[in-house]
Amino acid sequence: MKIIRWVTGVIIVALFMYFNFFIMELTTLIKLINVLLFSILFVLIRVIIGRTAADRLVAVDILGVLTIGILALLGLFYNESFFMDIGLIWALLSFIATLSFAKILEGRSLDD
Amino acid sequence: MINEIIGTILICAGIAFDFFGVLGLVRLPDVYNRLQAATKCVTFGTAGILLGVLIIQGFNAFGIKCIIGIIFIFLTSPVGAHAISRAAHRAGIKLTGESIVDIYAEDKELKESSTK
Amino acid sequence: MKIKTRSRLVVFILSAFVWFALTNMKNWQEVFVGLLLSLLVSLIAGQFLITTEKTKHLFLRILAFAKYFLRFIWEMIKANFHVAYIVLHPDLPIKPGIVKVKTKLTKDSAKTILCNSITLTPGTMTVDINPDKNEIYIHWIDIVTKDYYNIDENTATISAKFEKLLTEVFE
Repeated sequence: MKIIRWVTGVIIVALFMYFNFFIMELTTLIKLINVLLFSILFVLIRVIIGRTAADRLVAVDILGVLTIGILALLGLFYNESFFMDIGLIWALLSFIATLSFAKILEGRSLDD
Repeated sequence: MINEIIGTILICAGIAFDFFGVLGLVRLPDVYNRLQAATKCVTFGTAGILLGVLIIQGFNAFGIKCIIGIIFIFLTSPVGAHAISRAAHRAGIKLTGESIVDIYAEDKELKESSTK
Repeated sequence: MKIKTRSRLVVFILSAFVWFALTNMKNWQEVFVGLLLSLLVSLIAGQFLITTEKTKHLFLRILAFAKYFLRFIWEMIKANFHVAYIVLHPDLPIKPGIVKVKTKLTKDSAKTILCNSITLTPGTMTVDINPDKNEIYIHWIDIVTKDYYNIDENTATISAKFEKLLTEVFE
């Protein structure tokens, strides 16, 4: 059963990589950004199935860090530096959100 | 020219490690293991992407913002992981069935029984 | 110079540096606003950065920190390949558990950096710290020591290499 799931996952990832890098006619940077967007799809799967609240919190935390990478690559593509400003502010806000949600999960109030 | 080649290699390596980290987030069995894989790989991968952008752009406004981003990620990402894992353990989320030993839970029980 | 004044001065220089790195310094108004904001930040939150007397020359500490940083980068690359091996393997070869290690560092900043580097190096993640007894609880994804309750053996395997380097920087 485990090996069947592994093989299915490998086939899905390989199909995506084949379509992305060999079929689609795009510039290289957009192809690389597509890989990051595909990994964000996996993060959203973890947010949806979750099981516990802590799992969802981990996924949202990771989403914040992945977004900085996407914004840096977009800034490189358009050759504009203000994307990185957005990325830094995004990182700051997601860090504060993670800390406060962790505090709520632990059962303490925010001004403790 | 050589800048762009080195930068593109770094960006590709960073994206690959980001992808491995996210795979670990989907495949591994409980919160703590997921947190380990995701934090390590995604921090290193995003730092690799930002370093590649810095090498392609050079030390202009964009590059210096990338340096600040790298320092910020390295300082905040482990702290976030630490906060989430401690909160999960105190909220009562058990380790997976494959795990061997949990000294933290044993010490907590010891402390509670001694204070009563 | 008193400790609080020195700490505020360091915070002022750091925040002014970050402001000048983020803006482009096109005219005098940006410089003026940056200096004003750094002064405000250093007056409000400046006294918490440095709380102890300095013990060593600054250059020696920077040299020791560079040595620590190189070791840290190498351990981090190893950690990433370790995680990639575990994630891509069909059977997921893990053996997780929470163990306990001891530390001799006394300053809060040194303990924070030790915990952060434990989190980013192969297979280990800090869960909680007991400040009274200087003990750190660590989640380990693939336990290699035979006796899990032996604190000295765990310390030698996980944190001794960073602790030796960080002692040179902070103590």
